[in-house]
Amino acid sequence: MTGNEPAGATGAGAAEEADGERATFRSYYGRPIIKEPTWKVPDVPAYLYLGGMAGASSVMGALAQLRGYSRLRRVGLLCVAGGSGASVLALIHDLGRPLRFLNMLRVFKPTSPLSVGSWILAPFSALSGAAAVFEFTEVARPLGNAAAWCAALLAPAMTTYTAVLLADTAVPGWHETRRELPFVFAFSSVSAAGSLGTMLAPRAEAGPARRMALVGSLGELVASRVLEHRAGRIAEVYRSGRAGSTLRAARIMATGCAVGAVFARRGTSAAILAGLCGTAASIATRYGVFEAGRESARDPYYTVVPQREARQVEE
Amino acid sequence: MSPDRPSEHPLFELERSMRTGEHARETAPEPAVGSSNGNRLSGPLADPSAEAGYSEQHPDRMGFFTDTSVCIGCKACEVACKEWNLLEEDGLELTGMSYDNTTDLGATTWRHVAFVEQRIDLSTRARVDIGMPGMGPPETATEEVAGSEVRWLMSSDVCKHCTHAACLDVCPTGALIRSEYGTVVVQDDVCNGCGYCVPACPYGVIDIHPENGGAFKCTLCQDRLGSGMTPACATACPTESIQYGPLDQLRERAEQRLEQLHEQGITEARLYGQDPTDGVGGDGAFFLLLDEPEVYGLPPDPVVTTRDLPAMACYALAAAATAAVTIASCFLGGRR
Repeated sequence: MTGNEPAGATGAGAAEEADGERATFRSYYGRPIIKEPTWKVPDVPAYLYLGGMAGASSVMGALAQLRGYSRLRRVGLLCVAGGSGASVLALIHDLGRPLRFLNMLRVFKPTSPLSVGSWILAPFSALSGAAAVFEFTEVARPLGNAAAWCAALLAPAMTTYTAVLLADTAVPGWHETRRELPFVFAFSSVSAAGSLGTMLAPRAEAGPARRMALVGSLGELVASRVLEHRAGRIAEVYRSGRAGSTLRAARIMATGCAVGAVFARRGTSAAILAGLCGTAASIATRYGVFEAGRESARDPYYTVVPQREARQVEE
Repeated sequence: MSPDRPSEHPLFELERSMRTGEHARETAPEPAVGSSNGNRLSGPLADPSAEAGYSEQHPDRMGFFTDTSVCIGCKACEVACKEWNLLEEDGLELTGMSYDNTTDLGATTWRHVAFVEQRIDLSTRARVDIGMPGMGPPETATEEVAGSEVRWLMSSDVCKHCTHAACLDVCPTGALIRSEYGTVVVQDDVCNGCGYCVPACPYGVIDIHPENGGAFKCTLCQDRLGSGMTPACATACPTESIQYGPLDQLRERAEQRLEQLHEQGITEARLYGQDPTDGVGGDGAFFLLLDEPEVYGLPPDPVVTTRDLPAMACYALAAAATAAVTIASCFLGGRR
């Protein structure tokens, strides 16, 4: 990287016209300007996936009840309770001081996506946990039902708040894609919930889940494509390195999920294929986005050059 | 203050008024609260402390003006900061980055002196390309290039105490607060180490302490200000490169210094972070630099990303609604 040269070495990479900009941008010994997120793997990618999956599963479960799919509803209840509970645990495990998790709830700050998110996640996971307990212990089922419906009202926000959480940072790979990221996460969540429903519910009841897996994974493919297309220079971090290969794998898996979902009505193996592929695609998408952001934070190029350009546009 | 300084010098007057506190409050009013964006998340803001809820009797907004043109790279600020704030040693490694073995700001480094070596043409003041001046034989190390000289840029970096601080905005626990002096401070007993402030900061200042898990950064020596003392770094600085005082006066002083340097032909001198209309509403700690900000490891045009939060909330709601409608439409039709 030419940025490694001490400031002042402009002529060094002039030979390469193709990436002249990368060769001539200046930095402090090539060191990053912003700090790379300290968030851990797999905690945070898991938190992103599980929360989204739980959100979409909650809506799926509620609508299944409305349309009389009792088994699909129970699958939904399980996925929501498991997913949101695990999401909370992943978040707590990622904290530098996990015992102080409850400090998240000592204030409500609209300027903090993590505060707003915690106030969505905490009641959502409590309600859906209660709903599952009431349902499966067969105690006070109407109460469980009410809890599930209350959770379902919060559920759509569960699928996208994590996108704002990432986008509201100085990390170029996340902030520059702030328009598209919520849609990628939303479709990825629909696909994740549909995949689990396709795999776990009896075939006769899994029709809506199969359609969710199909539409969700196609939506995920399109939204990711749009994100990369509109990301400009930052698209590089989504196409290269570990993020690039993870996201390529995600696209293959999403395609596999869509194909599997089409045939899942006829055979169990296709249903399992769709379920596994969709789940893997959703996890890979979250991890790929996370990794792309980290890469964009590490390289001062993505901080310096876009900021310079933005300033030139203003002037 | 050096007693031999001519008392009629305008800087002297300014300094005296700052230390005795007799300065008039009616300095040029800054643009009113609120901005072209129509919200209070970005843009000029005259009084961040009042905005945060402090009464009208709160002290002036205090800050740093770091004039890098007189920095000699002694690192007394780094040492004084570590000593006063009881920050532990965090590695004794040689980096090969000139005299900078500190590398960057972090949880246990709240002042960081950057060192950059470059050769400039004395007539145009443009940079002349050279390799790293090194330990080679004398004829290469001291090679004369006609009409040029080696210039050593040194700059003591610190938390900017932004008018609109992204770290403070995104902190979910309320651990990060605005102080009565308009600075941004972490309450260690509240912080749960979520780490959101770390990627939120557009300057890469705040960081999580690897051992105790909390977030840490410069406090502008909050524990000294209350008793009328100057922050440790500014006290230790032997060349007054680090100047501490009420922000509006520091801005005035910086303008004078800039003018002076331009008159002396140092045309590359520029101020960084003093402009209340910039992406973070101006910095509480700003700088006079002799080259582009990125050369010192500073972002050229930082932005508080919370500025875009209303828009991002709209995208998220639209996407959430899309998800809900998509799922609902999958339940239409028969049991196929």
